Amino acid sequence: MSAVLNAQDRARQSLYRRRSIVNAVSVALACATAVFGLVFLAWILWTLIRNGIPGMSLHLFTQDQPPPGETSGGLRNAFVGSLIMCGLAVGIGTPIGIAAGTWLAEYGDRSKLGTAVRFVNDILMSAPSIVLGLFVYAMYVLQTGGQFSAVAGAIALAFIVLPVVVRTTDEMLRLVPTQMREAALSLGVPQWKVIMQVLYRSARAGIVTGILLSIARISGETAPLLFTALGNDFFTLDIFHPMSGIPQVMYKFAGAPDDNWQHLAWAGALVVTLFVLAISLAARTFLFRKHISND
Amino acid sequence: MNDARSILKPAVANATQAAPAAAPKLAARDLDFYYGKFHALKNITLEIPEKRVTALIGPSGCGKSTLLRIFNRIYALYPGMEAKGEVLLDGENILDPKYSMNLLRSKVGMVFQKPVPFPMTIYDNVAYGIRHHEKLSKPDMNDRVELALRQGALWDEVKDKLGQNALGLSGGQQQRLCIARAVALRPEVLLLDEPTSALDPISTSRIEQLVEELKQDFTIAIVTHNMQQAARVSDYTAFMYLGDLIEHDTTSNIFSAPSQKQTEDYITGRFG
Amino acid sequence: MNSTAMNAPSASPATTVGRDVIDARNDKLFRWLLTAMAVFVLLTLAGAALSMLWGGRAVLQSHGVEFFTTTAWDPPAGKFGALVPIYGTIVTAIIAMLIAVPVSFGVAFFLTEVAPRKLRTPIGLAIELLAGIPSIIYGMWGFFVLMPVMRDTFIPWMTEHMGNWPVVGALFQGPPIGAGMLTAGFVLSIMVIPFIASVMRDVFLTVPQRLKESAYALGSTKWEVTWDIVLPYTRSAVIGGVFLGLGRALGETMAVAFVIGNSVNFTKSLLEPSTTIAALIANNFGEAGEQERGALLLLGFVLFIVTFVVLALARLMLAQLARREGN
Repeated sequence: MSAVLNAQDRARQSLYRRRSIVNAVSVALACATAVFGLVFLAWILWTLIRNGIPGMSLHLFTQDQPPPGETSGGLRNAFVGSLIMCGLAVGIGTPIGIAAGTWLAEYGDRSKLGTAVRFVNDILMSAPSIVLGLFVYAMYVLQTGGQFSAVAGAIALAFIVLPVVVRTTDEMLRLVPTQMREAALSLGVPQWKVIMQVLYRSARAGIVTGILLSIARISGETAPLLFTALGNDFFTLDIFHPMSGIPQVMYKFAGAPDDNWQHLAWAGALVVTLFVLAISLAARTFLFRKHISND
Repeated sequence: MNDARSILKPAVANATQAAPAAAPKLAARDLDFYYGKFHALKNITLEIPEKRVTALIGPSGCGKSTLLRIFNRIYALYPGMEAKGEVLLDGENILDPKYSMNLLRSKVGMVFQKPVPFPMTIYDNVAYGIRHHEKLSKPDMNDRVELALRQGALWDEVKDKLGQNALGLSGGQQQRLCIARAVALRPEVLLLDEPTSALDPISTSRIEQLVEELKQDFTIAIVTHNMQQAARVSDYTAFMYLGDLIEHDTTSNIFSAPSQKQTEDYITGRFG
Repeated sequence: MNSTAMNAPSASPATTVGRDVIDARNDKLFRWLLTAMAVFVLLTLAGAALSMLWGGRAVLQSHGVEFFTTTAWDPPAGKFGALVPIYGTIVTAIIAMLIAVPVSFGVAFFLTEVAPRKLRTPIGLAIELLAGIPSIIYGMWGFFVLMPVMRDTFIPWMTEHMGNWPVVGALFQGPPIGAGMLTAGFVLSIMVIPFIASVMRDVFLTVPQRLKESAYALGSTKWEVTWDIVLPYTRSAVIGGVFLGLGRALGETMAVAFVIGNSVNFTKSLLEPSTTIAALIANNFGEAGEQERGALLLLGFVLFIVTFVVLALARLMLAQLARREGN
């Protein structure tokens, strides 16, 4: 009797041992890969900080792009350019995005057109930004006589903002309980007022989060600007002519054999990264806090 | 069987003795309703008397909520729904496309199962519907809001915090706010769709008390899956099953001496 | 309760009919406007594709299939063979996926089963934030930090030890410059890891707790729960997430442009300068003449079609999981 038990126990024990070895190995591998990934990401951030901080100074924001071979200068024209183009992009993309997202949630929810629009929107959201830049080049720049401009750049960025806002608006509106809609309608209020006065208010936090996240995305986008806004070495507020943004200047300066330029590129990179991280965090805590207060 | 009825007896004894049949405020005549191909309501003819409470009871899927939602045509929001027949409000057929939607909505108000205060202040919640229909001066609007909140038995609790967000109220208070919001338009009919099923017992009984008070001014139709509530609150009860109207009588008759076997089975808990 | 006189309804029949008409008209206008905007989204995608094809039509007409099969990119001579960038795009993406997928899986496994609970949210948040870092920064890091390391250490080592292998040896021979498909693929993988890891983690978290608990109750180890239960349950969504990452890797410009070397000469080696579609377009567009611009637009169209297919497949697979969740 005890002999049989012993054999069974032994077999079981060796099975357990094998399985726990497999488990230990895979957990170790998982930790190793996590560390691997995190180490490189930390390395990148460290490089960014190490190279960016020396270039940080007030000059960065008050002086314009220097010509090659100088030892001073800043990125004021690029910061202003980025602000202008991103601002315009959000101004163009947000209303269209909210409108389309509202249609998806309120009118087209189960229709075939609705499915098609959602599908296309998803594709647009993950489409390579260089493609969007080329699109605006072909549709706008070429059609307006080959004029590169900040407006063209803003339009390209707007196409990146658009799908994010559409998706967020769609999802946030669909979260609003049907009975709220019905309650407002049963008061005799027409549908358009219900949407604008009640539903948007209810979904407001989520929609704002979507806008913030889209701003984070476009702040660092380079490729689409290369074919639309081109670049401008001088300070300008003229949106109908080429304009530089931070990413374009980074692209130009980082690859050039000029120490001053490289310092400025890294400083710009650091500022952009901090900005993107700050906005992403703000968006997340904003939404999170709203959730808490609504419970 | 007798035990079940004896449980209901005290409730029935307390229910208001219905006055002799008042004039029908709202009436369905030969009403059929379809969700797509599904025949949800079959040839319903039913009268809702004025300034009385009529309860619609029945097991899940019997069509009581569907019927209620026809009375303010809220079903028209959704595609694939079709109503045939007539629904008369003060003698006029509200299913007629020519009947003004705004008029209908100002005459017939609805309160839903889930308390859904709008994301605005308490004051704005109540004023919201009024603002769409009327232009009132500030003092007049204040009076209307106060009146509505008094009718909703909420005024004393919120009179000092009208500027606060309505989402800060408790569940029971939110539902009373929704009632105040509906009565603010001074409708003639109030449709209540399971108004207490999402609330705790204390809030539930407060709202039931409220219904007693409201029926002095409004014709009320209430859908409830809680038979005791129907017995407590209503003057008339209509029992529905699988889209048919099985029986419709005074509440005391329905609960003490139903004429249909199906009604009796449901009331005594045989099914549902 | 004294509410006698206040019971007349707010609206009188006469005014309401008028308001009905206004309301109905406003509703119609509003709906029409929204529908137009939704259709606009559809048109955007179609427009993107068609405009690039249109812009490149001259080159397509003159070169035909040769555009895709020849390697000579020679603007002065008017010859455009895109095999090198196409090849480079595919190879760098494959390298990136080969590294990123297992690492992302490890990170997701770590985040959902292994890490102490208190750490899970902060680390997860950190990874999500890292996914938002602009890609140009990865490119700059690759250029200033990784390339010297490759040039001084890895490439000589590889050329010496792996360059002589039969068949695959040619992949590992190259001058110590540091730029090439291997470097670019590696930078791409680091860039894509936070993205894929986040998607995988979100997907793993959709597995019902009860399912995992019953496996644990039977004595399963963490690894077994993840490999035998979580992964099969979420399989199509995981693949969908990988495809999303692939779509990213295929279309990425800045992370690659700094470290690929920007050479249009065909090379089998992973260690010699080459190019990808996106890098070529970004690099050449500024100074390109009209004909070359047309060729670059055509290349953009090719890239678009490829990523479209990949993303459509990704979406299909992610939708399968959503359906399983009982939507």
